[in-house]
Amino acid sequence: MTDATARTVLSIRDLTVELPVDAERAHAVEDVSFDVQAGEIVCLVGESGSGKSVTAQAVLGLLPPGQLRVTGGAIELEGEDLRTAPAARLRSLRGRAMAMIFQEPMTALNPVLTVGEQVREVFETHGVLNPSERRERVIELFRSVQLPDPERLVNTYPHQLSGGQRQRVMIAMAFALEPALLVADEPTTALDVTTQARILEIMRTIQRARGSAVLFITHDFGVVADIADRVVVMRTGRVVEQGPRDQILRSPSHPYTRMLLEAVPGLEPEARDGKADSAALEVRNLSKTFAGGGWFQRGRTVEAVRDVSLVVRKGETLAVVGESGSGKSTLARCTVRLTRASSGEVLLAGEDIAQLEPRALRPFRRRIQMVFQDPFRSLNPRRNVAAALIEGPVNYGVSREEALERAKRLLGLVGLGDDALGRYPHQFSGGQRQRICIARALALEPDVLIADEPVSALDVSVQAQVLDLLADVRERFQLAMLFITHDLRVAAQVADRVAVMSKGEIVETGPVADVFGNPRHPYSRALLAAAPGRGRL
Amino acid sequence: MTGFLLQRLLATIPVMAVVAVVVFLLLHLGPGDPAAVIAGDYATPEDIERIRDRLGLNEPLHVQFLTWIGQVLTGDLGISIFSNLPVAQLIAQRVEPTLALSIGTLILTVVVAVPLGVAAAWRAGGWLDRCLMGGAALAFAVPVFVIGYILIYVFAIKLSLLPVQGYRPLADGAVPFLRHLALPVVALSFVFIALIARVTRASVLEVLGEDYIRTARAKGVTTFRLLRRHALRPALVPVVTVIGIAFALLVGGVVVTESVFNIPGLGRLTVDSVLRRDYPVIQGLILVFSAAYVFTNLIVDLLYSVLDPRIRE
Repeated sequence: MTDATARTVLSIRDLTVELPVDAERAHAVEDVSFDVQAGEIVCLVGESGSGKSVTAQAVLGLLPPGQLRVTGGAIELEGEDLRTAPAARLRSLRGRAMAMIFQEPMTALNPVLTVGEQVREVFETHGVLNPSERRERVIELFRSVQLPDPERLVNTYPHQLSGGQRQRVMIAMAFALEPALLVADEPTTALDVTTQARILEIMRTIQRARGSAVLFITHDFGVVADIADRVVVMRTGRVVEQGPRDQILRSPSHPYTRMLLEAVPGLEPEARDGKADSAALEVRNLSKTFAGGGWFQRGRTVEAVRDVSLVVRKGETLAVVGESGSGKSTLARCTVRLTRASSGEVLLAGEDIAQLEPRALRPFRRRIQMVFQDPFRSLNPRRNVAAALIEGPVNYGVSREEALERAKRLLGLVGLGDDALGRYPHQFSGGQRQRICIARALALEPDVLIADEPVSALDVSVQAQVLDLLADVRERFQLAMLFITHDLRVAAQVADRVAVMSKGEIVETGPVADVFGNPRHPYSRALLAAAPGRGRL
Repeated sequence: MTGFLLQRLLATIPVMAVVAVVVFLLLHLGPGDPAAVIAGDYATPEDIERIRDRLGLNEPLHVQFLTWIGQVLTGDLGISIFSNLPVAQLIAQRVEPTLALSIGTLILTVVVAVPLGVAAAWRAGGWLDRCLMGGAALAFAVPVFVIGYILIYVFAIKLSLLPVQGYRPLADGAVPFLRHLALPVVALSFVFIALIARVTRASVLEVLGEDYIRTARAKGVTTFRLLRRHALRPALVPVVTVIGIAFALLVGGVVVTESVFNIPGLGRLTVDSVLRRDYPVIQGLILVFSAAYVFTNLIVDLLYSVLDPRIRE
């Protein structure tokens, strides 16, 4: 694929994109150069803020107008300079010679048009084929991305499809006119692992068949290992290293690449001693059913969690792994009593709190705390860190002075200084905010900590630090930790035991090494097989 | 879809029932004898007794209500105390001018305001946006009668292009009908154009930030198509909501506009009936206006489901 006869489809030379004057750095992207050949997949890798998405948008001329501007360098598509091309020319190239797939399949499709209309629009816009041929072609495209029942699906709206199906529609749309270049910006990040594996395979198949050049943007080295021919690593707007996949993954030359690769959690669980301590949290036969409201919805029910039982001992981490919709977050919410379970027991040090009234529940609230997924939304933007940390203890009768002392100690523990107390959430990075959230949960000195996807919104290097912190506080306070995650690598690193959830039920549970080494349930096997980068990282 | 329609239609029944009860009780809400209130200050006891008898006020309340509601359901809204004509006939005579004025205003508003709002959103922050939004603020601030008199002064008195006032039914021909309608419709439209343009701008501006707009641009879609198909269509739900509210508010505006331009519509009938304490007519008018309001809401609800497939389920 990278032989001397290969045709260069995209060539980027010294690309520089300027940020607005009040931004934290002058350039979003600076002196970026790389090529993408026909028939090749180049992965552009980097953490958030590395400039990888800006580079992609610059290629298609889709930079937000008025905010970002290309100020230097050249972008050539099959020898044609895109930087100096007039707007009308760029528009006619978009969708025909170069196409793009985006990250969020939930929002990237127009909600009021049928998916068929939206794919057909590519042909209409570029005046290709007559109306009846267009219809046929869309059905054909849907079949090629393995959408079920394409004749019916063309007439459905995006909200009637699953995330994976929507992303297939996006792929069909992107490949509709067989563009020379496809730019894919984190196309599988929002999808479950099993869906991701299928989507990557479809992209690979179509790309091979048509010989397209693909610029694939991702933060996930697992995906890189599975799909890339060559890799370009970016950091704060610059390319730090590029080369063939195996060279980058096996013998990276730049320290930043090495650090990124080392931060990727392995799928091999660490050896751990079995915990024989007493149960801190026990869930027995818990079920949660959501019923439709209103006269006309009655009778429509969803069983989110069905007859789930689990035990978490003092000083132990139980990871609950599963895909979206498996009920793992509902299980967490029922356990901390953010919602009330339909039936079953939640035993906290022997007391059943599952159905307690608010007043009776209050003393137990302190003992079971939660850390949420998105640190950008789980702190009140108008309250400073001190206020966030002392509110809980003060509610439970601790004096302000003592609570403040405790807050300072906890900030030190999570790796932030006293000066953080007076600052507001927006002044911290995502990783720092998650540390604050952990400190907030610990401020009440709980026995049980429930972490719902606590690192999935974070970059891989930050993720490793936060996981270390969680392991450290668990040891130190002998916490029982229920760790909800979709990421098998993360589960392998943090957990003593693991429970695999599917469709509201726990299908398999046991020590991590047993479940990961020798999964018994077919679903666990499928989940492990779909983990990206398996065998290469 | 049929289920949705049926559900919405059924939901209007309790609303109209409540309105009917309130309208019926209107007569009995004031202090003292309704017959005396209707008869006025200089009535003799015989007059009052006659009115009481005619209105059936000697019957028990629930019998009165059932009788009344039975009549209303068969289209009999009672007899005007002032003119002795059937209320239904009085209202029917006045419906056309008001309907013409309202619908004319609605059409002009939508045709002008929606494109203006989209243009302002597309060029948000630019000179066009600022001019349009400044103009909208001005149109909000000036009362409809001031705009009306300015329009009459300029176009009727100074330029002699259009009639000063009055109304010609559509039956007299389209040209005189439209010539008489032009100034009142424009006067009444100002505030609604300002309102709808602002709402359209805000709604489209929000949609322009959506991911699917980027998807459409990545397909190479032209600007016009992008705005019409990908930005305006999903943005229409809040716009239609406000158009529905505006249509209901129009009734209030119609009262003033009909007075300024001397149009014999329902607005004038309302004012006259209130001044004459013609209770049966007032009751009939409230029923008609309420029904129009409920009907407008029904249309808006149905439009939602046409505009946004997610609401259909």
